[in-house]
Amino acid sequence: MYVAVKGGEAAIANAHRLLADRRRGDRSLPAIGIEQIVNQLGLAVDRVMGEGSLYDRELAALAITQARGDMIEAIFLVRAYRTTLPRFGISVPIDTAAMEIERRISASFKDLPGGQVLGPTFDYTHRLIDPALAEDLPVDAPLTREAPETASPRVTDLLAGEGLIEPDGVVSSEPPGDLTREPLEFPLSRELRLQALARGDEGFLLALGYSTQRGYARTHPFAGEIRIGEVEVRLFVPELGFEVVLGRVRVTECQMVNQFHGNAETPPQFTRGYGLVFGQAERKAMSMALCDRALRAREFGEDIVAPAQDEEFVISHSDNVQATGFVEHLKLPHYVDFQAELDLVRRLRAEHASERKREAAE
Amino acid sequence: MAAALAQGFADPVLDAQQAFRAVLMALAEPGAPRALPGLAHAPPPLPPVLAALALTLLDHETPVWLDRPLADSNAMKSWLAFQCGAPLSDDPARAAFALIAEPAGLPPLALFAQGTDAFPDRSTTILIAATPTRQSLTLTGPGIDGSRKADLPIRPSLVAEWAENRALFPRGVDVVIAGAGEIIGLPRTTRLARG
Amino acid sequence: MSATTAMTRADALRLLALAEPTRLDAVMQSLGPEPAHEVLRPAETGLVMVQGRVGGGGGAFNLGEASVSRASVRLKTGEEGHGYCLGRDSGKARQIALCDALFQRDPASVTSTVLVPLATELAAADARRRAETAATQVDFFTLVRGDD
Repeated sequence: MYVAVKGGEAAIANAHRLLADRRRGDRSLPAIGIEQIVNQLGLAVDRVMGEGSLYDRELAALAITQARGDMIEAIFLVRAYRTTLPRFGISVPIDTAAMEIERRISASFKDLPGGQVLGPTFDYTHRLIDPALAEDLPVDAPLTREAPETASPRVTDLLAGEGLIEPDGVVSSEPPGDLTREPLEFPLSRELRLQALARGDEGFLLALGYSTQRGYARTHPFAGEIRIGEVEVRLFVPELGFEVVLGRVRVTECQMVNQFHGNAETPPQFTRGYGLVFGQAERKAMSMALCDRALRAREFGEDIVAPAQDEEFVISHSDNVQATGFVEHLKLPHYVDFQAELDLVRRLRAEHASERKREAAE
Repeated sequence: MAAALAQGFADPVLDAQQAFRAVLMALAEPGAPRALPGLAHAPPPLPPVLAALALTLLDHETPVWLDRPLADSNAMKSWLAFQCGAPLSDDPARAAFALIAEPAGLPPLALFAQGTDAFPDRSTTILIAATPTRQSLTLTGPGIDGSRKADLPIRPSLVAEWAENRALFPRGVDVVIAGAGEIIGLPRTTRLARG
Repeated sequence: MSATTAMTRADALRLLALAEPTRLDAVMQSLGPEPAHEVLRPAETGLVMVQGRVGGGGGAFNLGEASVSRASVRLKTGEEGHGYCLGRDSGKARQIALCDALFQRDPASVTSTVLVPLATELAAADARRRAETAATQVDFFTLVRGDD
């Protein structure tokens, strides 16, 4: 039962003013500029863009500032902002094979065309806090080397010729579902699952991906390929009558390659899990690929025995904006609900006490 | 591409909001005319009020079916692509909206998307120009206190067809009639009787 | 891309969309004063749903949206220009629309004054980044060679 009550307006207004003060902090320090966040906290920006499901670096940086660095709050702000904008259209699908590669590695194939390119990675760092970064010391310019002319085909395309690895699958003429437009109806298509995973919470998907490695839906993954770089986004513009390039977006793509023993129709081959995320987000893309593969259990006739294989469980709980909304709503006034529960518990206790008294008397 | 591209709403936000409000009210009070100024420079042969409805309701996610006179006009189709971005649908059963400039040529209502019991909103909304002649009708149903007498600018055969559409409820099409400076709503819930 | 290869309208729109706004303003200025024009569609910001493909080459899926700005103009001489670019920079979309219209009126001078400089700078920036990336490529070498 809900009973309307009023109050707290002044307290709320004052709390917002206090929030603004604490957000700004010590006024003797310069405020952080949006460009500084875009440039120097780029991976935080990328996470907010990916899970906010809106590619706009400056906007994500502004949201991080407004949220005082609370990433889920920033993601929430971005999600709310996107609902205020009209949608102009749907892009031509991006072509990750034509990526301007900034990092590209394979843990399965050592000598692949285009090579193993480490790019700006934390891998092989010692994970020792560097006190020098606390001072604004000069940073060396990166070294350069003549870039090879060889193309970097997708690893999965290299093996596909032999039939050892499952192909990308059929391309449907029907447009894929869009969870921002239509409510989800389980079971989902793989396309819809990938949309949900791409905007899903990194921590949740990381934990689920980890669980598949520890034996909860074991899928024997290999990192077939991880590539990070920029791709062009193209849109068909009706008034022009042709496709135009809108600009470039940075994405991270992960191809997980998994063992598959085959079944009646299919000989043994490698199957795949796929991850694609806005920005430089390697951990997220890998987790997404692990979850994608685990969620294909039904398709491969595998027993569904673990949480990571349960589509309804994974997809219904992967969105951190939905999750935070429902968890955090518990702090809103529930005075009347609780009053009713209180009355119930008091009555039960009274009944319990009188029952005990009666038993003692007998 | 013709000069017609330029002519959208003078004030895209306010004009679209006012027109949207008019459509809401027209469908909430079936049969009662609602003022809606036509677009000053509608691309012929699209009537000005229909043009205002198109600007208000259509976008790239709403496939639109055009009747013959509109489908034959490249200038009108360019205008629609630029102003609304709406994809054209050859199949009325896949159209979210239909634009009908020549009411005599309206195909049978059953050819349009009827929606499903689970998603009745997936039916076609027909935006149709008013006929020169009117039918004297009595309207009943939701949004009408008792009954409402109205002279609707629709072709005579639509009255019988409407009974079939009404019988499909919750499925069925909705109609918005565009006259001179006004619109009339005819939602699927409304019953029509002669007299 | 050299000035001798004729650029298409799509080539031009790509280079304009990929240009830094300040650079775009600068090269547009060297093209002369802003041409007389009317606004067909005022600059506005919206979204485009960016799609990927399952496995990289399979069925399309919706990856997430990107902010996009667009504008449309018509020169007094009749050419219509349309500008589209990622981001919320409506000024840039308007500049692109103007340049698109001018490109139709006078492709040679727009190509030499605006497009070739932008293409050269883009190629240089891409080459620099590729060279920086290439320096991080792993050269494997064999520690102990087994018997052949």
